[in-house]
Amino acid sequence: MDIFDLTAHELSDLLKKREITDLDITSAILKRIQQIDGDVRAYVTITEENALNAARNVHERRSKGDDLPPLAGIPMALKDNFCTKGVRTTCSSRMLENFIPPYSATVVDKLLENSAVLLGKLNMDEFAMGSSTESSYFFPTRNPWDLDRVPGGSSGGSAAAVAAGEAVFALGSDTGGSIRQPAAFCGIVGMKPTYGLVSRNGVVAFASSMDQVGPLTKDVRDCALVLNAIAGYDPLDSTSVNRNVPDYTAFLTGEIKGKRIGVVREMIDDGLDSRVAEVFNNAVSKLEELGAVVDECSLPVAATASVPVYHIIAPAEASSNLARFDGVRYGFRAVPEKGKKYTLEEMYMKTRSEGFGPEVKRRIMMGTYVLSSGCYEKYYLKAAKVRTLIKKDFEQAYERFDVLITPTTPDLPFLLGEKVNPLDSYNSDKYTVPVNIAGLPAISIPCGFVEGLPVGMQIIAPAFREDSLFQVAYAFEQNTPYHRERPPIKRRASEEKAKGSDIND
Amino acid sequence: MALSRKDMEELAVLAQIAFDEEELTDLQVQLNNLLQYVETINEIDTENVEPTFYLLPLQNVWRQDEDGHQPLAPEEVFQNAPEHERGFFKVPRIL
Repeated sequence: MDIFDLTAHELSDLLKKREITDLDITSAILKRIQQIDGDVRAYVTITEENALNAARNVHERRSKGDDLPPLAGIPMALKDNFCTKGVRTTCSSRMLENFIPPYSATVVDKLLENSAVLLGKLNMDEFAMGSSTESSYFFPTRNPWDLDRVPGGSSGGSAAAVAAGEAVFALGSDTGGSIRQPAAFCGIVGMKPTYGLVSRNGVVAFASSMDQVGPLTKDVRDCALVLNAIAGYDPLDSTSVNRNVPDYTAFLTGEIKGKRIGVVREMIDDGLDSRVAEVFNNAVSKLEELGAVVDECSLPVAATASVPVYHIIAPAEASSNLARFDGVRYGFRAVPEKGKKYTLEEMYMKTRSEGFGPEVKRRIMMGTYVLSSGCYEKYYLKAAKVRTLIKKDFEQAYERFDVLITPTTPDLPFLLGEKVNPLDSYNSDKYTVPVNIAGLPAISIPCGFVEGLPVGMQIIAPAFREDSLFQVAYAFEQNTPYHRERPPIKRRASEEKAKGSDIND
Repeated sequence: MALSRKDMEELAVLAQIAFDEEELTDLQVQLNNLLQYVETINEIDTENVEPTFYLLPLQNVWRQDEDGHQPLAPEEVFQNAPEHERGFFKVPRIL
């Protein structure tokens, strides 16, 4: 195996045994980026020099015998909505194309305090609005398993980079599935922690009652290590919860005998691709074989009403959060034609018209409408009431089960440009969105393949029961081979098409 | 109740976004489709159900007004401003 194929904990072990240096690792990953990022296009900004300096610094401290944390010297990258002091933070939008934050997000500071090495910033759907990374202002990112397909989104750059070995781990943000769906599409592990467990200070806000930060990693142990580093109370985030954070690696026991697991009935229905269903059913059998007690459960409201509720609440909150982009204090400002002058209002309207892309504008307009006078009760208040029922659905299910499982997505990674109708692509999140609406923790782990494309299984736990997620996810992973597979970085769909036409000729 | 052309124009002003004719026509169709879709939740009975706006039982979070978070230095405040002058953000003339 090459260095870029290894996990953070494997690299950390090699570093401790002095079989490798911190500089070797960062150099190897930077070389990997140079070789393949022209195809994958995961990175918006690469901070090569900073990364090499940071790696040298860790190496020196290690040589002096300093006691270093497990993520020390591990090269990682961040979705481009995490503020990084002195490093451009774009949200993959023209609006922030040249924005250099004067401070870093709390979670970024925490990773740097753990001596992780920052490689750069990763592509995303503009302002995290999308499920394919195609709404990036700069370029679409491609799926390392098939470069003709999308990596998912909105944290598509994060998932593609980790899957392709262009970063050992990454952070993403998840408002309706934006960590779990791309993790599933790229065959890696992605976790959305409980709302309030991880600080969002310094992460550009999308929908504040649902946004949460989480890790994208190559395996479950790495996920626990990264969560250890980023979880915990932050006085700078008023939604952050002040409670003790355990060592999550303690839950990687491999033991799940007697665990009560509920399969969500409404999420294995007609809307599910039959090939994904087959892989998922095999995964369920595996969990039973490992001693879990599996039964069906029902989330009647959560499974059907979550996507519409999401598309009221998320745009409402986004329209308010994105009001700050007005061309005054930071970000893009529209410039009038030579010899002309804008009034203040023209400047605002032109700035927002030229600075935001179509999906962002669509959601701002939707949010503005559902909050406008006369509509509030019909849409926003109604959605907030249904939200209560969605939460209740989960509470009832957890009276009988420790965790619930679903396929992470209803279908396989789709082709670039395949989903042009907004409603089509919104459907891709239908199994992940309920979790954000209820504020619960969930993890997506690889559970098999269909014709060389990865399939993810989602595990959902009650609030602050990440311990259960780690127990079940680790037991499954350690008894299956999928997390050790690495992608071919090839254009498979078009190659197969070419082969097909040869036969026809 | 579908969004009319006039509704769309008013909404664009509320959202402070300039659209050209074609964009607004496309958006009108898309938003009306989306509204029709989200209105499916009206079939759910929410009689006597309290709304959930926040997921955590948190009230306003206060801190003492004393050496809290370090504020940004003035040059950091203005480093990303499209235009600024003598410690002010500069905008098109208002008066």
